[in-house]
Amino acid sequence: MAKKIIPNKNPMPHQDPKVRAKNFDEVALGYSKETAMAEAERCLNCKKPFCKEGCPVSVDIPEFIAHVREGNFDDAAKVIKRTNALPAVCGRVCPQEHQCEKFCIVGKKNEPVAIGRLERFVGDYIIDKEAQVEAVESTGYKVAIVGSGPAGLACAADLARQGHSVTMFEALHTPGGVLMYGIPEFRLPKKIVQTEIQNLKKMGVTIETNAIIGQIASLDELLTEEGFDAAFLGTGAGTPYFMNLQGENFNGVYSANEFLTRSNLMKAYCFPQCDTPIKVGKKVAVLGGGNVAMDAARTALRLGAEEVYIVYRRSRAELPARLEEVEHAEEEGVKFLFLTNPTRYIGNEEGWLTGLECIKMELGEPDASGRRKPVPIPDSTFILPLDVVVVAIGQGPNPLLTKTTPDLETNKRGNIVADEAGKTSKEGVYAGGDVVTGAATVIKAMGAGRAAAKSIHEYLIAKGPKKQ
Amino acid sequence: MYKIVSKKTLAPAIHEYEILAPRVAKKAQAGQFIIVRIDEQGERIPLTIADFNREAGTITIVFAEAGYSTKKLGRLNEGDSVLDFVGPLGVPSHVDKFGTVVMVAGGVGVAPVFPIAREMKDAGNQVVSIMGARNKELIFWEEKMKAASSELLVTTDDGSYVRKGFVTDVLREYIEAQGKPALVMAIGPLPMMRAVVNVTKEYEIKTMVSLNSIMVDGTGMCGACRVTVGGETRFVCVDGPEFDGHQVDFEEQLMRSRKYKSEEQHALTKESCGCGGGGKCHG
Repeated sequence: MAKKIIPNKNPMPHQDPKVRAKNFDEVALGYSKETAMAEAERCLNCKKPFCKEGCPVSVDIPEFIAHVREGNFDDAAKVIKRTNALPAVCGRVCPQEHQCEKFCIVGKKNEPVAIGRLERFVGDYIIDKEAQVEAVESTGYKVAIVGSGPAGLACAADLARQGHSVTMFEALHTPGGVLMYGIPEFRLPKKIVQTEIQNLKKMGVTIETNAIIGQIASLDELLTEEGFDAAFLGTGAGTPYFMNLQGENFNGVYSANEFLTRSNLMKAYCFPQCDTPIKVGKKVAVLGGGNVAMDAARTALRLGAEEVYIVYRRSRAELPARLEEVEHAEEEGVKFLFLTNPTRYIGNEEGWLTGLECIKMELGEPDASGRRKPVPIPDSTFILPLDVVVVAIGQGPNPLLTKTTPDLETNKRGNIVADEAGKTSKEGVYAGGDVVTGAATVIKAMGAGRAAAKSIHEYLIAKGPKKQ
Repeated sequence: MYKIVSKKTLAPAIHEYEILAPRVAKKAQAGQFIIVRIDEQGERIPLTIADFNREAGTITIVFAEAGYSTKKLGRLNEGDSVLDFVGPLGVPSHVDKFGTVVMVAGGVGVAPVFPIAREMKDAGNQVVSIMGARNKELIFWEEKMKAASSELLVTTDDGSYVRKGFVTDVLREYIEAQGKPALVMAIGPLPMMRAVVNVTKEYEIKTMVSLNSIMVDGTGMCGACRVTVGGETRFVCVDGPEFDGHQVDFEEQLMRSRKYKSEEQHALTKESCGCGGGGKCHG
């Protein structure tokens, strides 16, 4: 007889919404050992694991869950770490509902196995326990990784495991890329990111911070004067898009990048103990409907804003953010203005923002994205009085590296052109993550980093042993 | 960590640090800037490069204690280190053989003007430098500027040294007496640069200014340093810091520079000229 499946995921404890809307501590509190083992019981250990196919880095999901079920958490961690260098991060920020959990057989009739929560549990279990990693025999090849975000970190881990000498170059003063400057503490504690990065260093990866490639050295100089045999470019999507509306430069209009960087990387939430200030005001609107918009809105609440709005031109059904993030934002008191589009900013004589003029929208015919296109309703403009607006409508690639590397092919938008294996137009140079695809997810960037690591390894091995 | 290998106090609350940062020094060019972060709690402070020594691997910065963070920076001593030092950032000055180039420096602006003047002179230009400060006490690097220029004109607002008058008075007199130069370059507090631009507009002389906006990362990522140039939004950190002064919306820049005034006199930090008053002396 088939075993009886408990229909719902074991719930994960959360901080109370009223309490957490006032602090920066993590919202979701994680499974206990007992809960994790109970949840693992729900896995059918399918012979053909569709969940694994839904994972951009192909984690052996049933295998690690089987170890969790037995309480062998160290073995579970070994299984995950074979393909995913950052389980504690991915368990928190992956959109599992669109990936592994979407394909889970249990999920056909019930809630899927809580793969993300289990991965997080294993990641947290192992994070402080990782001892010195056994030294791998060095190949003598040197690889430069530009950008220490998710793509670069995943690429570095795989290359270091193969015995290549890896140096990562990070423009900011702290490695981690978007995991540090973008995703807030309450969703991804920074200590976890830094511990995962420390574990990479134990594998022999060198990280040079305050190092902007394109400024301190060109890519060509890395590949010649500095003796790197190959390079991976994972410079991300760092350039903020604005709406180009009248009044966008009033004080009080932030890009999401600036707002989140001030709060996350620079810890402006503890001003004046930390030196970087941030303006939040009483009424804040965030423009956009993705995860970054949810992060900005929830950050504004925590910084003390009294009213926080999400202004989104389509309806709730089209919100690109993860459902869980939308629900969390709603629970905490963020108000959603759907089918609303900003038309201009309003400010005072001192140059400060005082409001946002918006127009009501309705959904028309489907557009190129397949979603129904929002169209303005005539004579429906209104003014939202505001102190701060955060523009979270997306980011493009940063041009500092590409403009100093003329033989590296880019597309119209400035994204680096690379194939699925990460190969670019330049020999020995590979790229992946948001700089190639445009802004996407942490795990997709990690998948691209791993694919590129495989290509780089093959490229180097094909050269034969390194000549000294 | 980046070591302060020498510290000089040039004038009351104006300091010159030579900082060991070989990778930055190797690539630094006149007109570019760096970002310094003092410690773990520190904010990222953008400062224009005042000089560099590729052999010694050092960058020279000059700053006035104006806001909280520059005061904190000013308390460090020779032998101390700063936690982070990143650069060179921004686009270098466009140096070419133009003919006669007038370099206008207001207050602490003399520091970033110096390496540009030197390069302009090396490129074969007739370099006329005008430097001004509120009073005699605040004049520094006069000898260095003399060496970097074909001709140096000094002025003080109160007449306590050389002559009385604003840099714009000297500039106007020079143009009236010697004719139009090929290029004017002005670096100093925003009101001073605006005043210079207003003069050169009258005479239709191309004028470059160097903006020191509020920034976070300095790499084009945050957009805090937005400036309207010729009706278009540009980022000072990656498109600048130098722009055609006749195209810059100075009113908007002045308003944006006051964004964090209530927080730790942040705006003063960014407009530091040594006058202690956000450039009032050069209006």
